[in-house]
Amino acid sequence: MEDQTKTQIGAERFFQPEIEKIAADDLAKLQLERLKQTVANCYENIPFYRQSMDAVGISPADITSLDDVRNLPFTTKQDMRDAYPFGLFAIDVHDNVQRLHASSGTTGNATVCGYTQRDIDNWGDCFARGIAQVGGGSESILQVAYGYGLFTGGLGAHEGGIRSGATILPMSSGNTKRQVQMMKDFGVDILACTPSYALLIADTAIEMGYNPATDFKVSGAILGAEPWSENMRQEIEAKLGVVAVDIYGLSEVMGPGVSCECRYHDGLHVAEDHFIIEILDPDTLKPLPDGEWGEVVFTTLTKECTPLLRYRTRDISRIIPGTCQCGRTLRRMDRITGRTDDMLIIRGVNVFPSQIQQVISSFDEVTSYYQIVLTREGQLDHVLLKVETVPEFDFDEIRKIEALQQRIVAELKSNLQVSVEVKVVEPKSIERSEGKAKRVHDLRAI
Amino acid sequence: MLNQITVFLENDKGRLAGMCRTLGDANISMSALTVADTADYGVARLIANDPNAARDALVTAGYRAKLVEVYAVEIPNVAGSLARLLEAFDAAGINLEYAYCFASNADTAIEVFRVEDGSQIAGITERVGYKLLSAADLSF
Repeated sequence: MEDQTKTQIGAERFFQPEIEKIAADDLAKLQLERLKQTVANCYENIPFYRQSMDAVGISPADITSLDDVRNLPFTTKQDMRDAYPFGLFAIDVHDNVQRLHASSGTTGNATVCGYTQRDIDNWGDCFARGIAQVGGGSESILQVAYGYGLFTGGLGAHEGGIRSGATILPMSSGNTKRQVQMMKDFGVDILACTPSYALLIADTAIEMGYNPATDFKVSGAILGAEPWSENMRQEIEAKLGVVAVDIYGLSEVMGPGVSCECRYHDGLHVAEDHFIIEILDPDTLKPLPDGEWGEVVFTTLTKECTPLLRYRTRDISRIIPGTCQCGRTLRRMDRITGRTDDMLIIRGVNVFPSQIQQVISSFDEVTSYYQIVLTREGQLDHVLLKVETVPEFDFDEIRKIEALQQRIVAELKSNLQVSVEVKVVEPKSIERSEGKAKRVHDLRAI
Repeated sequence: MLNQITVFLENDKGRLAGMCRTLGDANISMSALTVADTADYGVARLIANDPNAARDALVTAGYRAKLVEVYAVEIPNVAGSLARLLEAFDAAGINLEYAYCFASNADTAIEVFRVEDGSQIAGITERVGYKLLSAADLSF
């Protein structure tokens, strides 16, 4: 099925080897120097930080070691909303600010970030490392199928393409058949989009009569902006014939490229020359040792326009101890397993959508597409999980459909401690997404 | 043995009509249709003159449809004739997954069924004196 020659990358490629393979001591020196600059920039130019640092009695001169980052005040998404629109900018928006990005703001004011040309270049460098991590470089054609706009996915990948010298195909998201046709006709090497969209592109190509694993040149996929499972990765890799890596980033912190997997798929290398990562106990906010799961907190080190001190991402991850086979010394964070705030509380039980996804992906009979619908019946939360069966599934006998439903129900019950109704639905009746897939529909009126 | 088309349908307004329209537009003629339903979905099973074309038309239209091998036996259209056949199956320990029956003319009816293990079906049908039908017998 899969064209093995496509995904056999030769020697490991690096975009900035002097940084990606930096010695621990040198990195610490670089980080401390940049942390001092960042704290000074925040204190001198952003009233919010001056106040919050004064409130805890810390001044820029108190930063003498990297551990001192722990004495700095936190920044939350709410702080950023309250500062709408430009309250957290260190420079005037009319000065050297090249571009503005903003989060969707569906649940309040948008969070706005500004980028100087240097901020944009640094961002592009971070994403370009990801391009090298799937074996790409200046000779590659990069298809950007993330949405372009205020969302950082499209332009972040685009900047990565510019810095790596690749040829950029700025498709944005949507018009999937055209994406497939150009991927094939132009000989695209690398696809950058959300994982659910990569799967839709693969399925659409197959429906159009192609076998992208062998018919297409594409050999790498840089996928992010939503959680995805290992099974989904394997499905994308097999169908497209690519090495697919997870890229992570938040618009508040920068955008995609804050960290990115290499082809060894064992964690995402953090761009530690641009960010300090901390993993904290979400309840006590105390640092956790490497290997333990907690909330990810970032301090930016090079951002000129919107520097952030200890930004609480609400994402749950951990630092993977040890070194990576690829040769990069930048430490790795694990895939995001959930968020402290998109955790669903169902009948009092904490449930992460990613846990449901994991259970589903352990069943070969169903596809990776699923939808969770939460409703309230009387005083009780009701969870409905819609799944689609794979084409090979034998639905001729109703007892087989029912047995499958019962097995999924039992598996969910034992994993989540919550009863979930499982419904097998017709193929393609679950929404295919061109951007972030909306998997959870919470219709509870609370 | 012959091919039945099985279609997975959601219990939604108009889905069965839509399925039939798709088949009609593809010039497929059905001789039997049965729908097993649950609260959430139905499974439609049908016998058509060109099963492959029927399956292809449905899949192209976005339905989940597949061909399933079933047995069809021609029986006299008189009281008790199906009971004789099923008693013989029962005596041989054969368990039917599902079955349905349709009359093809005034004299004969056709019993369609699916079994997990069909190895004894031909022998038993012959002993009872009925005719096991092939796809050719049902092409019309």
